[in-house]
Amino acid sequence: MSMHYFANPTRFNRLAGRIQPWAGGLAAILLVVGLYMALFEVPADYQQGDTVRIMFVHVPSAWMAMFCYSFLAVASAVALIWKHPLADLAAKASAPIGAGFTFLALVTGSIWGKPMWGTWWVWDARLTSVLILFFLYLGYMALWQSIEDGQKAAKAAAVLALVGAVNVPIIKFSVDWWNTLHQPASVMRMDGPAIHPSMLWPLLIMALAFQVYFVALLLARMRMELNLRRIRALRLAERSS
Amino acid sequence: MDAIGQFFAMGGYAAYVWPAFAIVLVVMALMWFTGIHGWRKSEQTLAALRSNRRQREGDAE
Repeated sequence: MSMHYFANPTRFNRLAGRIQPWAGGLAAILLVVGLYMALFEVPADYQQGDTVRIMFVHVPSAWMAMFCYSFLAVASAVALIWKHPLADLAAKASAPIGAGFTFLALVTGSIWGKPMWGTWWVWDARLTSVLILFFLYLGYMALWQSIEDGQKAAKAAAVLALVGAVNVPIIKFSVDWWNTLHQPASVMRMDGPAIHPSMLWPLLIMALAFQVYFVALLLARMRMELNLRRIRALRLAERSS
Repeated sequence: MDAIGQFFAMGGYAAYVWPAFAIVLVVMALMWFTGIHGWRKSEQTLAALRSNRRQREGDAE
């Protein structure tokens, strides 16, 4: 099966329509289970007390912030190099979701920082690079809006996405490269997770819930973008006839 | 303090824990409903445009 098999928009639409409700339902179930574990089953931390529960929404949000941008950058590269007709749509559809998760990572981190660090915000490498990520998302979406010609907009936005991709490894390794208040990675480490299983499981369930939620919402947004493209084409044809 | 009150007190950190969870759920719900609503609206617009077109093509024949 070639890469262009699902490039057929009608075929994509049909497949997406079948996956979307299942992904949405699964995300809801995982979210309920994850929230229950995070709020009721996880014991309060001996150092952080109950604020440690914020981790179960903060860390998955931050992971999604970076995952969505990586997805956006890969889709943009595929759009630029292979001209896959759905890649632009996938990139465009993922941006608002990524921006939302980045906003949530920043806000929940700030709420967690106040009782634990004594401050809502510090200009250190991790926090600043995530703030830059948020602005990259906003810039990417603004660029799509500002160029009338759809194909030109797609190209300019894809180039911006690829240039901004350099920020993703900077975020990931910022806690190792610079001195920071933010703690280093405790799950995605070369030597395995340094976090107790009683906290790791709820964290992974929440992360999976966010991931499946992303899939369901991305499909809906891609189908919307596909429709909008068809609507524009129909209106253009009407005007010229 | 009873068990429910203790749960909501979050060991004295209620003012931080609950807003953090609340904002995540609110933003995720908003993104979800605007996404689904936008898609449904686009389906309706597209269907209307297509039926208009079919009608006009029918009139022309």
